[in-house]
Amino acid sequence: MTGPPPDRSRPVDVPQDRPRPTGALLDGHLVVDRGVFRLDVRLRVAAGEVVALLGPNGAGKTTALRALAGLQPLTAGYLALDGVDLDRPDRRHLVGPEHRRIGVVFQEYLLFPHLSALDNVAFGPRRQGLDKRAARARAADWLDRVGLAGYADRRPRRLSGGQAQRVALARALAVEPTLLLLDEPLAALDARTRLDTRTQLHRHLAAHPGATVLVTHDPLDALALADRLVIVEDGRVVQDGDPATVTTRPRTDYVARLVGLNLYRGEATGRQVRLGPGLVLGTADRVTGDAFVVFPPTAVTLLPEHPGGDVPHAWPATLTGVQRHGDHLRVELSGPVETVADVTPATAARLRLAPGQQLWVVVDPAATRAYPATPPA
Amino acid sequence: MTGTPGAPGGTPTRPAARWPARRSPARRGGRRAPVALLVPAGLGLVFLTLPLAGLLVRTPWATLPERLTAPGVLTALRLSMVCATLATLLCLLLGVPLAWLLARVDFPGRRLVRALVTVPLVLPPVVGGVALLLVFGRRGLLGGWLDETFGLTLPFTTTGVVLAEAFVAMPFLVIAVEGALRGADTRYEEAAATLGAGRWTTFTRVTLPLVAPGVAAGAVLAWARALGEFGATITFAGNYPGTTQTMPLAVYLALETDLEAAIVLSLILLVVSVAILAGLRDRWIGTS
Repeated sequence: MTGPPPDRSRPVDVPQDRPRPTGALLDGHLVVDRGVFRLDVRLRVAAGEVVALLGPNGAGKTTALRALAGLQPLTAGYLALDGVDLDRPDRRHLVGPEHRRIGVVFQEYLLFPHLSALDNVAFGPRRQGLDKRAARARAADWLDRVGLAGYADRRPRRLSGGQAQRVALARALAVEPTLLLLDEPLAALDARTRLDTRTQLHRHLAAHPGATVLVTHDPLDALALADRLVIVEDGRVVQDGDPATVTTRPRTDYVARLVGLNLYRGEATGRQVRLGPGLVLGTADRVTGDAFVVFPPTAVTLLPEHPGGDVPHAWPATLTGVQRHGDHLRVELSGPVETVADVTPATAARLRLAPGQQLWVVVDPAATRAYPATPPA
Repeated sequence: MTGTPGAPGGTPTRPAARWPARRSPARRGGRRAPVALLVPAGLGLVFLTLPLAGLLVRTPWATLPERLTAPGVLTALRLSMVCATLATLLCLLLGVPLAWLLARVDFPGRRLVRALVTVPLVLPPVVGGVALLLVFGRRGLLGGWLDETFGLTLPFTTTGVVLAEAFVAMPFLVIAVEGALRGADTRYEEAAATLGAGRWTTFTRVTLPLVAPGVAAGAVLAWARALGEFGATITFAGNYPGTTQTMPLAVYLALETDLEAAIVLSLILLVVSVAILAGLRDRWIGTS
C-alpha cells in the first residue's frame, strides 16, 4: 500500500550534529525537488516574530508553507521547531502534520462545512485530548477573542468572508500552536473587509507568542503584518530583511515593482553609478563597486528635447504606456534602460504624451539612492 | 414521482407543454424540441409508466384489505425489509472502506480491483447465486469449512438471503461512495491533520460527514436493489416461506396460482419503492 507518506516516526530527541543557535524557534532549510521546480529556502523565525514569505505566484511560497505544515515532505534539508526535528529526509525522519504543534489558516479557510463555527474551533482542542465541554469552552473563548461570540452556532456557509477568516484564525490559534502558518490570509476578501480584517489580524499576530509564517503575494499585507519579509522568487530567497530595508533597498525587479521604484545595477564610483556606455546616474550615496541604484518615479523629469549643456544624467527614451496612478500619471518608457516616471496631468498635457513619442529622461540625483549589490557577509 | 394512471394519457404533448414553463420567459419562444426527439421521448415515457398503470388498473381494490392481511403476505414483506436492510448494512460495513481504498489509495492493480467490484453489476443474478453456492454451499470452497468449524450453514437460510442480496447490491454502494469520495475536497482532510486529527479520526469526523449524501444515496440504491433481488436469492437461498421467501419470490410463486395475489404483492413492492424514492429524492438527489 502506498499513498501519502507515512510517519517515519514520532518526534524524537536526536543528537545535535549542527549548531542550533538559540533565538530561532523555527529553523529550517526547506528543499523540495519536483523535477521541473525546486524549492530551496532557508528560514529562521524567532519566537514572537512574524515573517512574510512574499513572492509572485508560482514562486514556491505555498510549497514552503506546506512543507512547514508537514503536508509536503522535504526531499532534502531539514526542519526543526523548538529544538525538535520535524523533517530530516537524510534520516528518514518525518513528523506528520497531526503531531506538529502548528496552526494553519488556509487560503480558502477550509472550515468544516458540517460543523458549527464553535465546533470548527473546538476540533483542534478535542484532538489534543480535551473533553467536549472543555474544548467547547476554549473554542468559545477564542471566538470571543476574534469578536464572533454571537456566531458560535453558525455553519460556515452562513458566515461572511471576513467572519469565516476570523473563525479560521480562531481555529488555528485554539490549538495554541508553536508555529502559526497563514496562506494568503486576506486574499479571499473584498477590499473593504480586507482593511478591517488586516487590522484585526495584525493585533492577533502581534499577540501570538510563537513563530508566525505567512505567505502572500500582496506587498501591502506583508508590510502591514510582518516584522520581516522574505522575498521568494523561483523557489529561492532573493531578499530577506525588515520592511523598511526591503522597500527602500530592493534587490530584484520584482521587489522594485512591488514598492514602485526604478531599480538598476551598475558600477559605482563615489557618487556616480555607471549603468552602461554613456549612461551614468548621480546618487545621494557614496558607494564603490558593484551596486544597485534606485529612484522613485517622481524623481524623473521628462523633457521633449535634450536639456542642452552638460547634463550627464539624461538619456533618450521612447514612451510605451501611460496609466492613471492616483492623482498623477505613470509613464512607462523604454530606452537604454526601462524607466517608470510619474508626471502631473499638466505636464502630460504640455508634453502631449503619446505612445511611441521620443523623450529625454532626467533623474534628480538627490532622490537617487545607491547600495552595494553584494550584501555584507 | 408521478407514476399515476393519468401520466400515460399525456403522451408527447405533455412534456413539451411543461418544459418551457421551467425555462426563463425570454427563451420560451426560441426553444422548441424537435419532433424526432419528442416522439421517442414520449414513447419512452409511456413504455416506462404503462406497466405500472396496468398494475394499478388490475388491482383488486375491493378485496385489497383482506388480501393485505392474508397470512404470508406480511411475513414475506417483513422478511424482505429485514433482509434488504441487513444486506444494506453489510454493504455499508464492507463497501465504504472498499470505496475509500479505491478512491484514496493508489495501489497497484487498483483498476483491476475496481473492475472486479463492479462484476456483480453485469453478472446475471442467477449466475451470482450459483457462484455463491459454489463458495458458501455445504460442499463449497468455504461452506464446508464454515459448516464443520462453526456449524454455520449459509445456503437456504435467511443469512443466505442477506448474503445474496448484499452480493448484488454492494457494487451500487461502492460506486456511489467512491464517486462521492473522489468529488470531496481532500484539503479538508489536510486541515483536519493540521489540527491534530489522525487518519481514522479524520475519516470519521471529516471525510464521512462530507460524503454523507453520497453514502446515503448509495445505501438507498443498494437497499432498493436488495429489495428487488430475485435470481441470486432463489438460487442460493431457495424459496422457503418464512425464512427465505422474500416479496419478489412470493410474487413469482403467486403468479402461478393466484394472479390477484401476485398483483397485490407487486403493488406493495411498488408502493414501498416509490415511497422510498420520493422520500429521498428531494433530500439528496435533488440537492447534490
